[in-house]
Amino acid sequence: MAAVSPGFRGRRGRPSPALPPGQYLVEDFPVLSAGPTPRIDLVDWELTITTETGERHRWDWAVFRALPSEPVTVDIHCVTKWSKLGTTWEGVSLDTLLDGVETSASFALAESYGGYTTNLPLEDLLDGKAWIAFRYGGEELAPEHGGPARLLVPHLYLWKSAKWVRGIRLLDSDEPGFWESLGYHNYGDPWREQRYWGD
Amino acid sequence: MARAAVLGRLTWRFGRVLAVRDETPTARTLVLDVPDWPGHLAGQHVDVRLTAEDGYQAQRSYSIASAPGGGRLELTVQRLDDGEVSPYLTQVLRPGDPLELRGPIGGWFVWHPGEASPVLLAAGGSGVVPLMAMVRTRLTSSSPTPMRLIYSTRGPDMALYSDELRSVAGRDPELRVDLVYTRQAVRADRLCRGRRRPARRSGPRSTADQD
Repeated sequence: MAAVSPGFRGRRGRPSPALPPGQYLVEDFPVLSAGPTPRIDLVDWELTITTETGERHRWDWAVFRALPSEPVTVDIHCVTKWSKLGTTWEGVSLDTLLDGVETSASFALAESYGGYTTNLPLEDLLDGKAWIAFRYGGEELAPEHGGPARLLVPHLYLWKSAKWVRGIRLLDSDEPGFWESLGYHNYGDPWREQRYWGD
Repeated sequence: MARAAVLGRLTWRFGRVLAVRDETPTARTLVLDVPDWPGHLAGQHVDVRLTAEDGYQAQRSYSIASAPGGGRLELTVQRLDDGEVSPYLTQVLRPGDPLELRGPIGGWFVWHPGEASPVLLAAGGSGVVPLMAMVRTRLTSSSPTPMRLIYSTRGPDMALYSDELRSVAGRDPELRVDLVYTRQAVRADRLCRGRRRPARRSGPRSTADQD
């Protein structure tokens, strides 16, 4: 156990929800991003899944919104240490989008309007673990939180849930994204506190 | 450069508080001795971890306020009334106490003196801390790079480092600092070499001007 900080008690009447190590609960919804918030016209919006062979599957907004979507209630954990429990979203499951996409790739790279990228194993997008979310808290997803649509992968730190997602590239070899190239952990499991490279 | 600064394993280590310095009634600078500190770039931060006697732990991030070099690390902490960690750091932690931390963290929002492009810094409240590290780094490295800081707080009592900013801006024509206040009506301060010029007058005429 780490040495005691003399006189530190922690918050009085500490809540005891199960949080990943080093996290604390917030009631608001902090906004953090590298760079300005992109403004995307729905008329221009597209989502493209590109396989390792270069085959492209593309949805415009109308076609995307016609896909079956589902309500999602999940806990989210940001690497900057705040967590929110029981957040409510609506989104299209990646299982729905990848159904009919032929691939033997092992990795994925999510790409966003504005240039942001983040990588993860393809299996972390499958089997009910990931969505393209377009509603939060009962309303349209606001631009500062990634609207019109963002990737949502709640079992990893929230930097993997790429805001303003425009595409997912399926790759045979792993390619570190924006924060992963700047010292953050390549995988990012909050329960193993994988914040930074080497953790 | 920035990548090399972050791609080493970030181990938890203990620093020791050498001194504390109150910047405002609600913000305090901690001066830390951290043995084997690997160095940092202006803009980076550290993660601080506190441990209670029963093993309960809390972590928060704090930007490094000091320029690289000098063997000491300074953190400026703004106390939040409902905070869990900041009341401890600003009111309980004393010189001689240990403080567990790891860092430096952050490879993107950094500035190093080799960069020649003019820099515009905009800060609100305690967000000025990493930017102050950039101002200080520019000074200690004698960089000629033009740098401008626009710093907004609710009022002069909340502004961190105002004496220091006044002093360094007053001596250097390539460093411009504007202090802007949102909830108190004072003459907005443009700190220029030679004299203080009001950028604009804000607030009702009946409000007394403050220095």
